Amino acid sequence: MQRETVLNTLVFLALPAVAAIALVLDEPFTITLATRAAILALAAVGLNLALGLGGLVSLGHAVFFGLGGYAMGILASHAQSYAPLDLGLFVIEGTKSMPVIWLTAVVVSALAALLIGLLALRTAGVYFIMITLAFGQMFYYFTISWPAYGGEDGLSIYVRNSFPGLNTLDPIQFFGLVFAVLAIVLFIMGRIERSAFGLALGTARQNAARVETVGLSPFHLRLVAFVISGAVTGLAGALFADLNRFVSPTMFSWQMSGEFIVFIVLGGIGRLFGPVVGACLFVLLEHLLSGVSEFWLIYLGAILLFVVLFARGGVIGALVGRGGHHG
Amino acid sequence: MADPLLEIQAVSKSFGALRATDDVSLTLLPGEIHALIGPNGAGKSTLIQQVAGALVPDTGRILFDGRDVTALGTAERAQAGLGRTFQISALAMENSVLQNAVLGAVGASRRVWRFARSVMRDSDVRSHAEAALNRVGLSDVANMRVGELSHGQRRLLEVAVALTLRPKVFLMDEPMAGLGAEGSARMTGFLDGLRSEAPILLVEHDMDAVFALADRISVLVSGRVIATGTPADIRSNAEVRTAYLGEEGLS
Repeated sequence: MQRETVLNTLVFLALPAVAAIALVLDEPFTITLATRAAILALAAVGLNLALGLGGLVSLGHAVFFGLGGYAMGILASHAQSYAPLDLGLFVIEGTKSMPVIWLTAVVVSALAALLIGLLALRTAGVYFIMITLAFGQMFYYFTISWPAYGGEDGLSIYVRNSFPGLNTLDPIQFFGLVFAVLAIVLFIMGRIERSAFGLALGTARQNAARVETVGLSPFHLRLVAFVISGAVTGLAGALFADLNRFVSPTMFSWQMSGEFIVFIVLGGIGRLFGPVVGACLFVLLEHLLSGVSEFWLIYLGAILLFVVLFARGGVIGALVGRGGHHG
Repeated sequence: MADPLLEIQAVSKSFGALRATDDVSLTLLPGEIHALIGPNGAGKSTLIQQVAGALVPDTGRILFDGRDVTALGTAERAQAGLGRTFQISALAMENSVLQNAVLGAVGASRRVWRFARSVMRDSDVRSHAEAALNRVGLSDVANMRVGELSHGQRRLLEVAVALTLRPKVFLMDEPMAGLGAEGSARMTGFLDGLRSEAPILLVEHDMDAVFALADRISVLVSGRVIATGTPADIRSNAEVRTAYLGEEGLS
């Protein structure tokens, strides 16, 4: 536990350290890489509540990532073209304000998670995986065939959205913003893990009958966890779209959902910082290995296989030498 | 006579052609231990599941504290005051002993929708859980993981979690199973005192414990209750002897 805290702190501080060094050496690309790692980590931190603590293997979290992305894309494109967005019942203006976009992304993905959760959480195991996957594919093919916002080609936003008091076009300032969001979400997730809700959710993963016997509903616990989880991944989606100034259906793809799971497994399932370690490692390997060979995913696959076979606790587990600390 | 706290009224349950529970009626009165015995395959587990809310009877009703709970699920019956322990321990094995007891206290106090406060630092919930562990003698191992406990300690923890619920009725499925002679004697002593807090519907194979504890015994054979009565009645019942007790040579 003690060693894990030290390791977590080191990993967490490594991100801003890398960004700071890159700033001094004037290498904006590296700052962008660190920002990308932080955003992907945020998406997986969201999934980790459902998957790690709740034991819900969702292969559909790209739905929330994509919804966050398109929430940004649609709002920003309407602001860009000065054409209000007609929703039938009412008409809203587009916006370039990050706080408004984030709020929209969080609300939309939370609602989607509520609806998907209501259906998918009635099943378990492989059926749950398949239903979440099916929802992901539905959104993926819908965005491909929906021409209004770019369809298959995606949607470009020319200028990054704004945040009060910051110049978000400056890579280091945008990184700082993303990192602050990640830090706040990690703090909140840490609190949730230790709360009464977290204890009940972790117990529902280990033994659903135990939770029922003390008068609690595993379904309600899982549904709430799924909604929080989806909302966080949706927020990450809005940031990811802003990083790239581009949204496309690939944000909804099942490969995206798979990558989030890979981050968690790589870092250590059920550990607060597991997804952060996993995402950083993934982005680093992607950067290093893709320079060596275009078939870099083969090497990544081999590393993942090694972790799954020999280091069940992920990289954190291997370094700390203990099982998952919460439940 | 006082009104029964738990009343099973003409409950039947079939699986295909098998009548696992066949027109069973029994009551649990305040202050008593009512033991349910019967040979393997008699349908004790199926009946327990229906009382706990895990299975819905085909016909018949289950009244709890005067209220029809037949349609309620396990969680709702627990909220109504049913404290169940399992034959095979159903605990969070990765969690500590104290965390398991704390979860019971959380369920009892309906404080589960709290997201920001550390539950292990909630002094109300924690002291409630610690008191339950203390009663069954598990205070010394409170910080151990359940996975590291002995079988007997897990049985005690099952009981401790049920205690945190402050139930109106205990439903205990073979609490002596797998306990040695010493453990069994300790558990018997503990349950003996517990009946004054809340009556116990006890399913048990250990006949020494059953005859030492029970105020009344019901004998279940092939899904039917063939006899209900005091331990003395059951001992002298010819039908019970041939159906069940004779096989085990009990006198």
